[in-house]
Amino acid sequence: MRAFADLYQALDRTTSSRLKVAAMVEYFGGANEKDAAWAVYFLAGGKIKRLLPTAHLRAYAQRQTGLPVWLFEECYQTVGDLAETIALLLPSPQTERDMSLSQWVTEGLLPLQSVNEEQRSSALDQLLDGWDANTRFICLKLITGGIRVGVSRLLVTRALSQLTDLPATQIAQRMMGYFSGREHPTGDRYQALIADGDTDYLAIEPGQPYPFFLAQPLARDDSQLQDILNAPGSWQMEWKWDGIRAQLVCRHGNTWLWSRGEELISEQFPELCQAAQSFADGTVLDGEILVWHPDQTVPASFADLQKRLGRKRLSDAIKRDYPVVFMAYDVLEDKGIDCRAQTLSQRRLALERLISSTDIASVFKLSPVVHAQETSQALAHHAQAREQRAEGLMIKAHSSQYGVGRTRQAGLWFKWKLDPMSIDAVLIYAQRGHGRRASLYTDYTFALWDDSASPGMPLLVPVAKAYSGLTDKEIKQIDAILRQSTVESFGPVRRVEPTLVFEIGFEGILPSTRHKSGVALRFPRMLRWRVDKPVNEADTLATLKALL
Amino acid sequence: MELVVRRPEGLYCPPGDFYIDPWRAVHRAVITHAHADHARAGHANYLVSAQSENVLRARFGNLPMQTLVYGETVTQNGVCVSLHPAGHVLGSAQVRLAYRGQVWVVSGDYKLAADPTCTPFEPVICDTFITESTFGLPIYRWPESHDVMQSINQWWSNNASQGRSSLLYAYAFGKGQRLLASLEHSIGPIITHGSFDALNAAYRQTGVALPETQRVTEVGESDKKRALILAPPSAASSPWMKRFGEVSHAMVSGWMQIRGARRRRAVDRGFVLSDHADWPALLTAIDATGAERVIVTHGNTAALIRWLKESGRIAQAFETEYGEIEQ
Repeated sequence: MRAFADLYQALDRTTSSRLKVAAMVEYFGGANEKDAAWAVYFLAGGKIKRLLPTAHLRAYAQRQTGLPVWLFEECYQTVGDLAETIALLLPSPQTERDMSLSQWVTEGLLPLQSVNEEQRSSALDQLLDGWDANTRFICLKLITGGIRVGVSRLLVTRALSQLTDLPATQIAQRMMGYFSGREHPTGDRYQALIADGDTDYLAIEPGQPYPFFLAQPLARDDSQLQDILNAPGSWQMEWKWDGIRAQLVCRHGNTWLWSRGEELISEQFPELCQAAQSFADGTVLDGEILVWHPDQTVPASFADLQKRLGRKRLSDAIKRDYPVVFMAYDVLEDKGIDCRAQTLSQRRLALERLISSTDIASVFKLSPVVHAQETSQALAHHAQAREQRAEGLMIKAHSSQYGVGRTRQAGLWFKWKLDPMSIDAVLIYAQRGHGRRASLYTDYTFALWDDSASPGMPLLVPVAKAYSGLTDKEIKQIDAILRQSTVESFGPVRRVEPTLVFEIGFEGILPSTRHKSGVALRFPRMLRWRVDKPVNEADTLATLKALL
Repeated sequence: MELVVRRPEGLYCPPGDFYIDPWRAVHRAVITHAHADHARAGHANYLVSAQSENVLRARFGNLPMQTLVYGETVTQNGVCVSLHPAGHVLGSAQVRLAYRGQVWVVSGDYKLAADPTCTPFEPVICDTFITESTFGLPIYRWPESHDVMQSINQWWSNNASQGRSSLLYAYAFGKGQRLLASLEHSIGPIITHGSFDALNAAYRQTGVALPETQRVTEVGESDKKRALILAPPSAASSPWMKRFGEVSHAMVSGWMQIRGARRRRAVDRGFVLSDHADWPALLTAIDATGAERVIVTHGNTAALIRWLKESGRIAQAFETEYGEIEQ
């Protein structure tokens, strides 16, 4: 456990990827396979869900520290991280102990899920007793969710690849199965992860998907975009669909549907899995899941798709009201052969053959190629994307292989998104942020003018919360202004004098019964601080609603 | 009777007709210590501790100063004024005011932890205690200074053995000298940023032993790789920094207790060492005065006041312009 805490410290103390990878290689080289199995899992972002409600952990910490609730909350607001707050507040340990990471997890952490309320306190004592402050912090991070230490799965993959001399792509592929969320990490599974290259890994993890290939974003003023627009004919263009990116794996007479977040989502879309049985074994497709009513020419909105997600049980009514399709745009495995190294043109031919040869066209569609020979045609398509319910255009090199992650080596894929819709809104509430923004006011609520309740007397009505899009320097300036212009505080929230105007960008707008304004914005963020704009010139709610 | 009230110019003693650490120019000022948010140029008369005289002169030039040694008393319009060690930085003082049987103490900034460069904090019995609260939350509990210095020396020696310069950001007055006095100078040369020069000289002149330091221009390339470089936080990303090759960056401050603050600074290491009292020390210091009434000037004032009230004291705030000098 301590060795893992030391590794965390080493990773936390540097921003250099090289040094992080080196620290992990050293740890994995020295750890036993059971500890390494869990370390891979946690470092690459794995979590153990629903261990205990955080309210119980707070109550436990308050009992241990003897602090009043208000002071504990004030501390939490300053630190911005529950695990860290508790680690800082707990009394120093009286005893010392030692235990391996895997033993701590399997004997202490995992049983927490099933412990009843009376036993919980002593179970937490067991988990936290006897560790130094650094180790206790890690323990608490694992209890509250996961650790985030600036290590991506990509870096863990690189470390394992260095350790084993296996190609990173091979490790990356095995990692997909490692995170299926069904089985806990074990020494055997870790051994399989780093086993010699010839091992038949699919025999162990038959449903495992390939790493997704991700497109590079193209900004409007990108010179690359200009190059593409000058000769659009040399690229394959498709709509950038606004659904869930997914990978369909058909092997061993079974089908698995994976989301881009590498969660198994087969159960949410049974009709896709059922229809997919007409594909031959050894077929893997990349595509987008969309809600699409058979009588419509365009898919339904993302909000409709959300109604299918996060449900334990799908009722027949839901399936009927929100029918889904799989919009296929690539084939990664055909007749059991990995075809990711073929060119996009070759894969497209195979894909067209696969989709047309099935009698499931109502469920499996081929993502159409959007043809553009002239600059003007490409621009016109882009402009029509919203009518297609698409987010923009995908632009792929005909020669591109199917790479791993957001990389360029295997070939170029771009996403050219629509410009976001935007409004100028007024900052009215602020709350302190988390992580590296802890104790700075960085989470804001924005409002627009509305005089529907009192004609001629416009009031500010909250419409969106946003916390991204500003530079560190701007955050500091704004934090100082907010501290001086606070009108009142309720809990962690400050109401401030409305003096600051921001341009808020968003991807979509939907009617909402939950919000006072009557609308909900999709992915709102700050585009810029309108220092030039007085508060009374901010936009009105009516302007926003006109976009509905 | 109120021995200290808040006026637009600063904290004011009405019977004595003088100010304590005022933020605007006044005719008579008692200064607790030479940090810029407490000591300013432009007052007509200064009453300061003898230990802070050289430092004040180094920072502000020739000021019309009257000095007191710790414990010595002068009378101003019937108010007995004496200065007592606050343990914050060289020359830092608590101001004791006695008038018609009432005793008030204005503590300025203070700490209880050991510091080889200044006289340790001395509790002064009083009726009303005016305190800071820079780190007034229980999340702030400092590790032993000795242990922190050991890990700083270890970090330095580790970098030196790998041919990497060690860049330590610390406030140029107080923290800088405290570090200098505790660094293991056999590890390698110590280079200081120009902003330390005048203050180091003032410390040495006052009798505080500091190891030899060099300016960056005096050190050869190979020695730089073993060197510890002391610079104020404001020097980060300044052209001065370009004189060094591979560098490990570290920051020394009480704020480094919070991981978010460390990450915001984007330093490799954050060492928790502060010239302010942590939460337990604030409570210890307040208890030791026996004061019934506590007035909190700056920092996490609301939390400390509520805590004190809930434990049965009279507590209130003075809104001051003292800030967080400790970056």
